[in-house]
Amino acid sequence: MSVAGASAGSPLLAVRNLTKLFGTFAACNGIDLDVQPGEIHALLGENGAGKSTLVKMLFGVLAPTAGEVLWQGAPVSIASPGAARRLGIGMVFQHFSLFEALTVAENIALSLDGTIPLARVAERASELSHAYGLPLDPKAHVADLSVGERQRIEIVRALLQNPQLIILDEPTSVLTPQEADRLFETLFKLRAEGRSVLYISHRLEEVQRICDRATVLRHGKVTGACDPKRETAASLARMMVGADVPHVSAAGTSAKGEVLLEARHLSVPARTPFAVALKNVCLKVHAGEVLAIAGVAGNGQGELFDALSGEYPTAEPDAVHIRQRPVGTRGITARRLLGAGFVPEERHGHAAVTGMSLSDNLVLARNQSDRQAFLGGGVLGIIKSTAVRMAARRISEAMDVRKSGEDPPAGSLSGGNLQKFIVGRELDRQPSVLVVNQPTWGVDAGAASRIRQALVDLAKSGSAVLVISQDLDEIFEVATEIAVISEGRLSDIYPAGELSREKIGLLMGGLYGRAEPMTEAAHAH
Amino acid sequence: MRIELEKRPRASAFYAVLSPFIALLLTVIAGGVMFFLLGKDPIAALYSFFVEPLLDVWSLHEIAIKAAPLILIGVGLSVCYRSNNWNIGAEGQFIMGAIAGAIVPVVFHEWHSPLVLPLMLVFGMIGGALYAAIPAFLKANMNTNEILSSLMLVYIAQLFLDWMVRGPWRSPDAYNFPVTRDFAPEAVLPEILASGRTNLGFVFALAAAVLLWFMMRYTLKGFEVTVLGQSERAGRFAGFSSRRMIWFSMLLSGALAGLAGISEVSGNIGKLQPIISPGYGFTAIIVAFLGRLNPLGIILAGLFLALTYVGGEAVQLTLSVSDKVTRVFQGLLLFFVLSCDTLILYRIRLVFPGAAVPAAQQGAE
Repeated sequence: MSVAGASAGSPLLAVRNLTKLFGTFAACNGIDLDVQPGEIHALLGENGAGKSTLVKMLFGVLAPTAGEVLWQGAPVSIASPGAARRLGIGMVFQHFSLFEALTVAENIALSLDGTIPLARVAERASELSHAYGLPLDPKAHVADLSVGERQRIEIVRALLQNPQLIILDEPTSVLTPQEADRLFETLFKLRAEGRSVLYISHRLEEVQRICDRATVLRHGKVTGACDPKRETAASLARMMVGADVPHVSAAGTSAKGEVLLEARHLSVPARTPFAVALKNVCLKVHAGEVLAIAGVAGNGQGELFDALSGEYPTAEPDAVHIRQRPVGTRGITARRLLGAGFVPEERHGHAAVTGMSLSDNLVLARNQSDRQAFLGGGVLGIIKSTAVRMAARRISEAMDVRKSGEDPPAGSLSGGNLQKFIVGRELDRQPSVLVVNQPTWGVDAGAASRIRQALVDLAKSGSAVLVISQDLDEIFEVATEIAVISEGRLSDIYPAGELSREKIGLLMGGLYGRAEPMTEAAHAH
Repeated sequence: MRIELEKRPRASAFYAVLSPFIALLLTVIAGGVMFFLLGKDPIAALYSFFVEPLLDVWSLHEIAIKAAPLILIGVGLSVCYRSNNWNIGAEGQFIMGAIAGAIVPVVFHEWHSPLVLPLMLVFGMIGGALYAAIPAFLKANMNTNEILSSLMLVYIAQLFLDWMVRGPWRSPDAYNFPVTRDFAPEAVLPEILASGRTNLGFVFALAAAVLLWFMMRYTLKGFEVTVLGQSERAGRFAGFSSRRMIWFSMLLSGALAGLAGISEVSGNIGKLQPIISPGYGFTAIIVAFLGRLNPLGIILAGLFLALTYVGGEAVQLTLSVSDKVTRVFQGLLLFFVLSCDTLILYRIRLVFPGAAVPAAQQGAE
């Protein structure tokens, strides 16, 4: 069994041979897991490894197909999240379930019994949040809060139930480095009180930093149980991926050509009450460059992508230039015809239609840029399905897209494989400008490294690449230049070598490098 | 015991084919129960409702005549619904098409030319399209819910027709009956078979179905319809405009409903009167869904729903039950079709409360 047997006392939570089948597919296959009282236990694994399925079973969202769960030594059946809470299990989901128009206290009260007066909830929430170093104003509206603050609401909501075990699903994916540090302190405090934390992540560095033990999953099975502090990042990655992950190198991309993508004083008012306005964004991407834009989610990344891609054209023709031509008021098709390619953040329902086949999803992005190749019949616009299917196969082969059939629906691919196809769809036309939003969001390590290398290679071949990302590791891997977006404002652009994580963290927090000397320095490059 | 719907890992191809037939079977069973409650022999009633009309040449022609507008409207609606635009007002567009098409034979009744009929058909399509343009404009520019606006426009169209045939267009030689003058022979849609009354409208319906099937299956336009219907955001990414799609789908379905209207009036009734449709525009919604929003499936579904009209008339005569049973059958059918579609994405599971069943046994199925 695992190292758990070595430690004294019975585990708080023990999972034996837990299995979940979806049809014939085993999302979790005979999982064994022990969580001791007072430990931070990491659940490591790539996307699709079965981490979420496992914790959903522990939290009563899914019913297991086979196997058993022991809580403090006794077998239990967790039929619902309510039952899980009564046992003493709290959960903080990756995607928050908060009402933006309500206050913090109201959101917390919604998850409790209706009998507790709101003032009491607010008081208790405020106490708890301060005790654990997660300051929250109970009267604030959720819409006005940062993502980090919203996460605190979820954590406080879980803590109010006084849980013995708290499950956190990818909690740092939405935080700045400073916010993450703060969260870790809270977790240490919980551990000191004897509570246990089940910490789901695919970030090796933080798992090594904060977790006492780790269970690694791959393809629904446990592939390792270890003390992460005694492992190297490479050995953990091997357990996760099953193979060594190639290292991405941005070397050799420094040669600078002409400016291919430019935003000049780009300002866009917020389209909806919960959107972010872009304020005077200026950027230039030269041929051969990878400009990476860092920032915490919800600071205008999506809006910047919309404006650059032309999905929502701007009012000013001059606000966006592609290959020296003003295209601010032109739509996405016109920009594609100038040689630009785009990869939006959301795969399902934006970059791809989930229910449609891969070849249809190829037509989705290239129906005009490849009109000659893909359409026939003159004005009728008959789709040449053979040509499209061959191109889709070419892309799948070039990017090593693993799929279940010849031309399966996009939704049947794993996140990483679909993303490889979506990026490959653009690379296949050798775009001179590529704008990518969160290129490897929720993508497994193997696919992520492949995608990053492809972006770097594209820049090396003389294209201008703009990468918007929340993942600092990714940014340092691919970028030749870095800027930070915060509340719809873009910082100055710095050469990648000149920025440290701490500096980026400060810029993310909104301390723009707009002070005079800094501006001079930035323009000097 | 409770019934749970469990999401299937992927849509079931088996039930995608089978679900309309299950729905038909359930409709027939429920219909049998209804006849039994009415005190009729269910077997005999179902026989004369569903089978007898198929054994008689006259009835077959009636079915074709009634199927024509259902198919014509249904295929237009299928494009609308696929693109996520919910035109519920085809009945109104049908009526407005009939009125616009009738301008030629009613107002210019002294003009005799082979051009009369083609002009009527074109006017009919324009009339239907213009009437559908109202909800399209409201949705595209003011984000008004097209379900409500198109539906309410139906009643306006019905009352407008009523007013026209009682007022400005009332025939001078119809003894004050609320009808227009009879259409001249060159304004009447010709019959296509020697054996009965089936007219050119049926050909229009088949042609429209095949053309739209081709469009949806092979062309970029059809692709655009499907993409925008499934995800507006992905459509925008593809460079498609959902606003233009509102216009396209509403005008197309309006024009086809208008063509159905003028074909019905010209080929079947021969004049305008206060009631020109037994609810074709609404029944076509059922046709569209029963045909799985596929134009070829809609041909079959249209023929089947036409059978419910003819069968309803038959049981009214033979068993003297109200012809409202037709509407009941159509309602049951839509209800069952939509419910059976659940089976495509979900499987039904019966859960027995064994209380503290350990997790291990719970899953052992």
